[in-house]
Amino acid sequence: MYGNGLKPLSIATVATLALSLSLVFFYAPLDADQGFIQKIFYLHVPLAITALIGFVIGGVFAILHLRSGDSRWDAYSYVSIHMSVIFGVAVLITGAIWAKASWGHWWVWDEPTLVSFLIVFLMYATYYPFRYAIEDRDRQARYASVFAITAGAFVPLNFMAVRMAESLVHPRTFATAEGGLPAEMMLTFLVSLVAMGLLWTTLVKFELTAKSASGQLKRLRRALDAPSSGGASRVAPEVS
Amino acid sequence: MTPTRVAFSALLGKDLRTELRTLQSLPAMALFAVTTFVIFRFGLDRTALSGSLAAGVLWVTLLFAAILGINRLFVAEREEGGFDAVRLAPIDRTAVFAAKAAALLVYLVALELITVPIFAIFFLDSAAALPPLALALLLADLGLAATGTLISSMAVNSRARDLLTPLVLLPLAVPLSIATTGAIEPLLGVGGPTYERFGTWLAVLGLYDLIFLLVGYAVFDFLLED
Repeated sequence: MYGNGLKPLSIATVATLALSLSLVFFYAPLDADQGFIQKIFYLHVPLAITALIGFVIGGVFAILHLRSGDSRWDAYSYVSIHMSVIFGVAVLITGAIWAKASWGHWWVWDEPTLVSFLIVFLMYATYYPFRYAIEDRDRQARYASVFAITAGAFVPLNFMAVRMAESLVHPRTFATAEGGLPAEMMLTFLVSLVAMGLLWTTLVKFELTAKSASGQLKRLRRALDAPSSGGASRVAPEVS
Repeated sequence: MTPTRVAFSALLGKDLRTELRTLQSLPAMALFAVTTFVIFRFGLDRTALSGSLAAGVLWVTLLFAAILGINRLFVAEREEGGFDAVRLAPIDRTAVFAAKAAALLVYLVALELITVPIFAIFFLDSAAALPPLALALLLADLGLAATGTLISSMAVNSRARDLLTPLVLLPLAVPLSIATTGAIEPLLGVGGPTYERFGTWLAVLGLYDLIFLLVGYAVFDFLLED
C-alpha cells in the first residue's frame, strides 16, 4: 500500500532533476565573482533546505505519533530523519567543496550557516545510537519521538545562537543587500529546490515501501512458522 | 489526587535528602571540576586566565562536571523501583519532571558555589566579575537542568546509559554554551568586567530555558508510561 503512486512520483523526480541540472549548466549565467564553482550553490543550498525541512517534518510526525500512539507515524518520523541525515552528509561535503573553492579552506568557522548545520547534523547523528540503545519496541518508538521533538525545537534556536556568535557580517551569496539573485539564477534555484524536495519525498516513500514489504514478509514467515533468515533485524521500526 | 505542589515538594525533598545522606553525586562533581582546572592549568600552560580562555575553561569544566551528575540523576529511580512507585502514585507526572529538574538545579548551583570561587582563586586577578557571572550561570543551569532531566530520564532506561547522556546532551547544549560563554567572556576581561552584549546573551539563555522547560513539560508524560 506504500507502493501506490511510487512510479509517477519517481518519473516526476527524475524529470525535474534533469530539468534542474540542464538549467544549472545551460541556462543560469556564470557568477561574476565566483565563476563556475558557484554552480554548486544550486546543489548545496536546496539539499540543505530540504534536509532541514525534513528534520522538522520528522518532528511533526513524532508529535502525531505521541498524540495518536499509532506506530506508523513513528516509522514516518524515523524515515524522514534518516533521509535528512543522509542529505546532511551531502550538504557538508558540497559545503566543504564550495568553501575550498571560494575561500581556500575546506572548513571555515566564520560561516554561521555551515557551522549551525554541522551542529544540527551532529545532534541528529545521535538519533541512531539513542534509538537502538532502547530494547523495548514501544518505548523505543516513544523515546525516539521525544528526541525528534526536542531536536526539532533545538534547530531554530541553534541557528539563532550561532548567527549571534558571529561578530563580523559575512558576505552572503543568497539574499544579498543588492536585492538578491538575478531572475535566471532565481528560477534555476527554485527548480533545483523543487527537484531536491521531490527526491527526498521519493526516497522516503521508497524506504517506507521497502520497510513495509519486509515487515509483511516477516509476518508471513511467522504465520507459516518458517525460520526467518538472519535473526532479529536492527532495521527498526517495523511498518504495518 | 495529591496536589502537584505537595507532590513536587515531596519528590524534591526525597531527592535532596537522599543526596545529603549518600553524597553520591555532588562531591564527585566538585572533585572532578577542581581536578579539571588543574589539568587545564598544565594543558594550556597558563597560571592566569582571562577573556575567552577563562570563559571556555570555566564553562567546559562545569558542563562536563554537570554531566556526571546528570548521568546519575535517575539511577536510584531505576534501580530501587522509584519509577514504579511514581507510576502507582496518584500524582501529576509533571511534578516528577519539575522536581527532578529542580533537584538537578540545586546540584548545579551547589557545584558552582564550591568550584567557581576556587576557579577565581586559581586563575583570576579579582573577584569583581563574580556577581554578574553568577546570574549568567544561574540561567545556564536552568537550561541544563531542563535538557539534562529530559535526556537522563530516557538514557537511564537504555542499554548504554552512561554513553547516551553525554552523546545526546552535548550537541543539545551547544546553543547554551555559545550564549553562556558569550555572556561571561567580557566579564572576565583583563581590565575588569565589561558588559558587552551581556543583556542579549542573557535573553538567549532565557529563551533556551523557556523552550526546553516547555518541551520537557509537554513530553515528560510519555517517558513515564510503560
